Amino acid sequence: MGIEAALPVDGFVTTQLRRVINFARRNSLWPMPFATACCGIELMATACSRYDLARFGAEVMRFSPRQCDLLIVAGRVSIKTMPVLQRIYQQMTEPKWVISMGACASTGGVFDTYAVVQGCDQFIPVDVYVPGCPPRPEQLIEGVMAIQRHIDREGMPPPGGKRMPLGIAIQPTHAPRPQPVGLTLGN
Amino acid sequence: MTTPTLDHPTFKLVKDAFPGKKFLATEFRGQSTLIVEPADLHEVMVFLKSDPRADYCFLSDVSGVDYLNYPAEMPGRFAVHYNLICFNRDDRFFVKTFVNPSLPTDGIVPDPTLVVDSVCDLWAGAEWMEREVFDMFGIRFRNHPDLRRILMWEEYPAHPLRKDYPLRGRGERDQYKVVDRTSG
Repeated sequence: MGIEAALPVDGFVTTQLRRVINFARRNSLWPMPFATACCGIELMATACSRYDLARFGAEVMRFSPRQCDLLIVAGRVSIKTMPVLQRIYQQMTEPKWVISMGACASTGGVFDTYAVVQGCDQFIPVDVYVPGCPPRPEQLIEGVMAIQRHIDREGMPPPGGKRMPLGIAIQPTHAPRPQPVGLTLGN
Repeated sequence: MTTPTLDHPTFKLVKDAFPGKKFLATEFRGQSTLIVEPADLHEVMVFLKSDPRADYCFLSDVSGVDYLNYPAEMPGRFAVHYNLICFNRDDRFFVKTFVNPSLPTDGIVPDPTLVVDSVCDLWAGAEWMEREVFDMFGIRFRNHPDLRRILMWEEYPAHPLRKDYPLRGRGERDQYKVVDRTSG
């Protein structure tokens, strides 16, 4: 919420209930990793210490959809897997968001064959598309942050509690640097 | 192109054991292949497994091939390959059999001539590999304990590795129910 610095000495602040709820929701996204291919490796790297998704409150990967509110589809989805993905999506509780991570999940990628779904958004709603093959962890974090920004602005849910898919496409902003990054000690 | 050198000792064993039967043989870069008639396949496989001089105790792989539009003349349209290994001699040997379809190959109707004897009774590990050949090519295996599709789903209307099947399918990947926010 960014109000910590504004806290007066007696530790007391007034705000809107909606903002408090959105603050809590934004900083406790629990991802459901649906990792079917190499994007899953980047997803693991994102959660690991170097990129540390925990800084954004989204480190609690739960393999039970009922505990999750952020579905990360990482990797190609075959048509045989599609019912599983849809079932997982339906089992997640509202409010829920979906990230389609990487070229294969978003468009089918190079797998233009009879068995592979050409973009999981054909069959489930997708909020954020993260490009890349696979996307770097920074890019995925950018996608998580896009959802966080959206949650921040979000008001009351529409009647029935259902939202429309956001359809945000993350732009590739990251210029790769040599890894590991050189460490300079100050003099 | 070099002439195949048919000096693999198993060729002679098979020839001596089945004097009346017709075989073809070939070799490429040290890998020898015996081509048998589908009717003789099971008998030859029993021999190759049980005869102590052959002793192919391990079936490494079973695969299918579709030779539609193959540049060279082949004995048939579909082939089934058996990749045999003898651990005692560190020896690898291939057995191949050709079958021809009698029905149009664009459907999944059981074809009475696309049938090969199963070798599951000899090598139990053949079960899933034969299911895969059936799934991808529609070649059925006689006496297979559980001949179902293994990779594609049950209702799939084709055998996708046949060469006359389009790479992108016939719309199977687009026909699926859609879950949206209102139904989810």
